Amino acid sequence: MTVFVWIESFAGRALSSSWEALGAANALADELDCAVTAVVFGANAEAIATEAAGYGARGAIVCSDASLLEYRLETYAALLSQLVAERKPKAVLAVASNRGRELLASAAADTGHGMISDVVELRLADGQIIGTRPAYAGKVLMEITAHTETTYVTLRARAFSPATALAGHPPAIQRATAATVPDSIASLVEGFATESGSVNLTDAAIIVSGGRGMANNPRSAPAGLTGEAAAIWKAKDGFANTLKPLVELLGAALGASRAAVDAGYIPYEHQVGQTGKVVNPDLYIACGISGAIQHQAGMRNSKVIVAINKDAQAPIFKLARYGIVGDLYEVVPALTAALRRRLG
Amino acid sequence: MHVVTFTRSTPDTAAKVWVDDNGAVSWGDVATVVNPWDEYSLEETIAIAKGNGGKSTVIAIGAALHDDALKHSLAMGVQDAIRIEEGGADIHDSLIWSGLAAGALQKLGDVDLVIFGKESIDVASDQHSMQLARRLGWTMLSFVSAIVELDAAAGTIKVEKTLEQGKQLLSARLPAVISVMKGINEPRYPNFLGIRKAAKAAIPVWTAADLGVDLPAPATAALRYFNPPARAVSTEIVAGEGVSDKAETLAARLFEEKVL
Repeated sequence: MTVFVWIESFAGRALSSSWEALGAANALADELDCAVTAVVFGANAEAIATEAAGYGARGAIVCSDASLLEYRLETYAALLSQLVAERKPKAVLAVASNRGRELLASAAADTGHGMISDVVELRLADGQIIGTRPAYAGKVLMEITAHTETTYVTLRARAFSPATALAGHPPAIQRATAATVPDSIASLVEGFATESGSVNLTDAAIIVSGGRGMANNPRSAPAGLTGEAAAIWKAKDGFANTLKPLVELLGAALGASRAAVDAGYIPYEHQVGQTGKVVNPDLYIACGISGAIQHQAGMRNSKVIVAINKDAQAPIFKLARYGIVGDLYEVVPALTAALRRRLG
Repeated sequence: MHVVTFTRSTPDTAAKVWVDDNGAVSWGDVATVVNPWDEYSLEETIAIAKGNGGKSTVIAIGAALHDDALKHSLAMGVQDAIRIEEGGADIHDSLIWSGLAAGALQKLGDVDLVIFGKESIDVASDQHSMQLARRLGWTMLSFVSAIVELDAAAGTIKVEKTLEQGKQLLSARLPAVISVMKGINEPRYPNFLGIRKAAKAAIPVWTAADLGVDLPAPATAALRYFNPPARAVSTEIVAGEGVSDKAETLAARLFEEKVL
């Protein structure tokens, strides 16, 4: 018996979130009294497998076939399903990133096994894997299990502690061959535009978010801009020149409320909430965000929440550990300066 | 070109949702809305079908509750709606769901493109769309933020796919299943004529037998729903002489919390 863990990588390097999946896999394998097998596809797979051994994987299955060098669902899913059919692992674990979600769902359909997605807690009862996952955007939780020989599980980012690095013993590496022939692949990767300088919200330890209050920027918009256009200019200026310095100082990710996104203040990629990203950082600083229920659904599991808002009655204060009632355009620069002095 | 989209009725994003004393999920008497992520897939479906002189169909799998979402879809401008209901089938199991959905697409027979919203907010799952593609043997393009090119005659599609590290540009042959992100378009509002037409529409209901689908035993089981533990938080409104004083105190607190 074994537990598979898919080690996600990008540009030949393991993503650090993969060690969370390995941490969860180690705990499950301990209970099942079996070993963890790291599954690594793509560039540099053997080096990554060796790194995974340093975090507790006893074995590894690697494939660096040319068709797998760049991530593509078809080639990755075909090989993962084939390996699951052959080795019959008790579970297949991966972080619920965009790649992890589609890869495991596809392989689960191929092999006809049950999948539990976006799990925040994992346990074993009478040999059955039981996952706890949020539903209705975290407004309720559910426990779900699979009856099948293998259970596919995706794990919510930052919900599981990463595996700790051990004195590495080299893993038993097995090399697999690609499961697809190049001509049969219906999709083609034509390019990749890396977003530089942005921190992934779901992996972020600290998030600074702005809401509708971003439009109350005391700076005046350029002549000629009035009404909504002026508000958009002011809010964009605030994100760039008031929140960004704090974001950069803390190595944080920049978030936003739906109101700010829908008003055109900031692109959708930054939206936190029920129709945006669900996040659980150590520190969430909400600036000019009232805290509508749909925003709360996305950030209520943050460890420490700070609210900065002019309106002392804003619902966000009920959720916050610390609040400052005041104008974000005064408070945020002051907070940035105070933190900069301490951080040196 | 025949474009199909799937939708469902979900509680409004602003609705309170809780687990009642009987262990059932409830949102009181708040009306349902079309799953918010589906506004974008519906818009994309209508625009692509119109732009290519093709037809559009919206499908919901589940109880009569989902007729509301189907009517909203028709009011927006989708041409046909179908509901699939199979008594006793556990449609929360994604393999059962995708089996029924695949049966419907095979019965329709001429579908080139299936468009999903990123996920459904009720069960918060996106695996349904991916498993449907797999069952049909079609290409899956998930998390699409832009359709760069769609050539109906050549049967090809090129999309921009969102990954955590950036955007991947992918081209594929049709038929394909795609899931689209918020921001891909500005969803239209239903107009008066559309609403009137939708209100009169009779929505056919298909069963597994109509689709010729033999349902397997569900692979998963929901054991229980429960309310998340209340967030035990006592809020400290940071006091001080002026803004810099308050900011200084807050900075000190954040260091005490060891979150920096």
